[in-house]
Amino acid sequence: MSDSLETHEHDVVVIGAGGAGLRAAIEALAQGASVGVICKSLLGKAHTVMAEGGIAAAMANVDAADDWRTHFRDTMRGGKFLNNWRMAQLHAQESPERVRELEQWGAIFDRTEDGRILQRAFGGHTFKRLCHVGDRTGLEMIRTLQDRGVQMGFDVYMECTVVRLLKDGERVAGALAYWREQGRFVLFRSKAIVLATGGIGKVYRVTSNSWEYTGDGMAAAYEAGAELMDMEFVQFHPTGMVWPPGVQGILVTEAVRGEGGVLRNRLGERFMEKYDAKKMELSTRDVVARAIYTEVREGRGTEHGGAFLDISQKPAEYVKRKLPSMYHQFKELADVDITKEPMEVGPTCHYMMGGIRVEAETAQSSLPGLFAAGEAAAGLHGANRLGGNSLSDLLVFGRRAGLAAGQYAKTAAPPRLAAGDVEAAQREALAPFGRSNGENPYTLHRDLQVTMQDLVGIFRVREDLEKALGELEKMKERWKGISVEGSRLFNPGWHLALELKSMLTVSEAVARAAMMRQESRGAHSRIDFPNTEAAWGRKNIIVKREGSAIALREEPVAEMPEELKKILAEEK
Amino acid sequence: MPDATLRIFRGDANGGATADYRVPVGPGMVVLDALHYIQGHGAADLAVRWNCKAGKCGSCSAEVNGKPRLTCKTRMDSLPLEEPITVVPLKAFPVIKDLVTDVSWNYKVNRKIPPFQPRPGVEWKYSQEDADRVQEFRKCIECFLCQDVCHVLREHRLHEQFGGPRFFVRVAGLEMHPLDGADRTALLKDELRISLCNITKCCTEVCPEEIRITDNAIIPLKERVVDRYYDPLVRIARAIFGSGKG
Ligand SMILES: Cc1cc2nc3c(=O)[nH]c(=O)nc-3n(C[C@H](O)[C@H](O)[C@H](O)COP(=O)(O)OP(=O)(O)OC[C@H]3O[C@@H](n4cnc5c(N)ncnc54)[C@H](O)[C@@H]3O)c2cc1C
Ligand code: SF4
Ligand code: SF4
Ligand code: FES
Repeated sequence: MSDSLETHEHDVVVIGAGGAGLRAAIEALAQGASVGVICKSLLGKAHTVMAEGGIAAAMANVDAADDWRTHFRDTMRGGKFLNNWRMAQLHAQESPERVRELEQWGAIFDRTEDGRILQRAFGGHTFKRLCHVGDRTGLEMIRTLQDRGVQMGFDVYMECTVVRLLKDGERVAGALAYWREQGRFVLFRSKAIVLATGGIGKVYRVTSNSWEYTGDGMAAAYEAGAELMDMEFVQFHPTGMVWPPGVQGILVTEAVRGEGGVLRNRLGERFMEKYDAKKMELSTRDVVARAIYTEVREGRGTEHGGAFLDISQKPAEYVKRKLPSMYHQFKELADVDITKEPMEVGPTCHYMMGGIRVEAETAQSSLPGLFAAGEAAAGLHGANRLGGNSLSDLLVFGRRAGLAAGQYAKTAAPPRLAAGDVEAAQREALAPFGRSNGENPYTLHRDLQVTMQDLVGIFRVREDLEKALGELEKMKERWKGISVEGSRLFNPGWHLALELKSMLTVSEAVARAAMMRQESRGAHSRIDFPNTEAAWGRKNIIVKREGSAIALREEPVAEMPEELKKILAEEK
Repeated sequence: MPDATLRIFRGDANGGATADYRVPVGPGMVVLDALHYIQGHGAADLAVRWNCKAGKCGSCSAEVNGKPRLTCKTRMDSLPLEEPITVVPLKAFPVIKDLVTDVSWNYKVNRKIPPFQPRPGVEWKYSQEDADRVQEFRKCIECFLCQDVCHVLREHRLHEQFGGPRFFVRVAGLEMHPLDGADRTALLKDELRISLCNITKCCTEVCPEEIRITDNAIIPLKERVVDRYYDPLVRIARAIFGSGKG
């Protein structure tokens, strides 16, 4: 089988072409490495393109008092102190430079009166800190990085899906993928691999995430033996669209609230007063999402089960200029003119704080040769991510991952891969074609989404989690009987069948970690353990494969140096 | 609400034919929702590209009732439901399968364009008005609908010679960047062959980002080329003072 297998060799292979992957690739190229970038969609269509509100960086262009210390403190507070302190420190210190770099590569940000990069307010950030381009910041970022990388000369393998990481002894040294177009397999041999595959939102029914977010990178790392961390922390963004049904879950950027949008319930009450009277609409996402959910559950929701978000008190021209894509999104998809009427919004699964456990300085996973950055990695955001802190994360840790991978590749031996592994991976991937009259992958996906949404959602409780784990066990069995029709040529049913394996793996990790953490913290709310417990605040949950079983353990959060503790204690 | 019939191209590079699918129509439904419904009910292997489902990524382009559209932004209730709705792939590019076409040509054209090059010693400051002018071009989501509708590509198939509206937009974004110092007029003239565009404005009409492609990108770029290569006074001045940016 592997005799005729298309094979490519690079010093560094980056899996994922969002902000993190592209930034990693650029830095690895700068190290003189030969770099291949693999992505499931066309280049430029990764999730990063959808980011709206902005990039958080303490540049102090608008609020002169801002500095990295305040950004560090905000990030740690937002993450309920479960963050890796060193990552939070590096992130706060380095993000201004990373944003300036984007500008020097051609990005055009909105400007201040005196011609510098403009910054806007966002939830949980003490100062106006988000560098932005209207409400399409991610598009600006991905185009800038993509053009830079193409000019520097990386090879791009697009519409190519990785199904398994391959090892040479303990180190990771390759990947098996298939071309989505033709369905043929392709082997990548490389000295180092950077995973920048993004999140897992497609395991939920209501989500702002695209079909790509099936947790492939996390699942592949887990299969290869790498550790995952903080899997219980899934962020539900407070404001997704709720009506009409087809658009349910599509994001309404936090920039609406940053620009002065107000939340009200059906009775017209500005309910955030009850939940966070100080920060109101700009409280952290976990708080606002729970507030809306609670209003709806207690009967004060809107007709379609959400809350009203209103920006119509601002001048129409201002709204159209600062929030153009929101204006069009509501006008075209929901028949709502947001300059005149309120939007209807409700929580939507948005972001995964958990993921591959990495070392702060180098972004290396627990396996040699395997690095991870962006949403696929864990640590920076702790129990809850602040808006705008993802795009900066991609730049800061994408760069660090690319740098470390490039350096690692300089001394690593050429990979030797076992032919048996490659063949086994191909056999498994083709199995659904060999079965007839098995279950349709779409049905299984729908059932998984309902289970996760209803039983492992915003509020969690032991009975639900137990039920979910029982369902997941059954679904793992069902997956083995899935069959697909048609040929290997661009066949979405087959693609989904393979992605379901990743989704089942990460779903189980989320549910088990949620069961283990017997407290409520950040995005993780247990009805049966409503308090935040100091003892749990000192522990991360680590997930690792032991044979064919999933194993969880607690590990102490790293102790912070005194000078950082002092920063956290300051009141601002 | 009534059911709709979608008449979809099914096939690949070797040919194919349309097939009809019944879909129940719900409130606010878009064509992409209908395609997903069909995938989940009987045609699991129907090939469709999409990502954001919100008009932000430019993946879901197809020709709906003969018009190039983003299927995620085309409401079913904006179409006459009594008749079958035809959904076929973009004509300007080779079909891979069903609604998925091979758009790799676009990525090759893009590689020819010299990147942003800041003028030496610039201060990184400029006004919002300067930014606005360029931001219009940088809104492009690379849906390639403009490429699909442009007759130079669609009818005359001059892919080897012509850059297409998308890449005039891209060059405009670089050339009008307030801090850029590179010169791309030779590229426009010789490699992207901007002179092949006869300003029919079809591209502007289909752009979902409402970029005024012809008025704001193509015409000013054409003027630059003319000034540089065909205006005798400019040519003499250049001979004397050396080349500078137009
Ligand atoms: C609508 C929306 C708005 C947002 N707004 C903001 C914002 O304003 N500010 C902010 O900071 N954050 C925002 N976020 C979050 C942020 O955009 C994402 O967290 C971030 O872009 C993730 O980037 P990434 O590089 O980690 O992954 P992505 O950009 O998602 O890229 C993942 C890449 O991995 C590839 N991939 C995945 N699996 C495989 C596989 N098996 N084989 C090959 N390739 C694979 C994909 O094809 C893709 O190229 C927003 C998110 C959404 C959904
Ligand atoms: S205006 Fe020019 S580029 Fe646009 S469609 Fe017409 S010929 Fe093509
Ligand atoms: S210019 Fe407009 S129509 Fe052309 S690719 Fe860009 S967004 Fe699409
Ligand atoms: S799916 Fe992104 S533009 Fe339609």
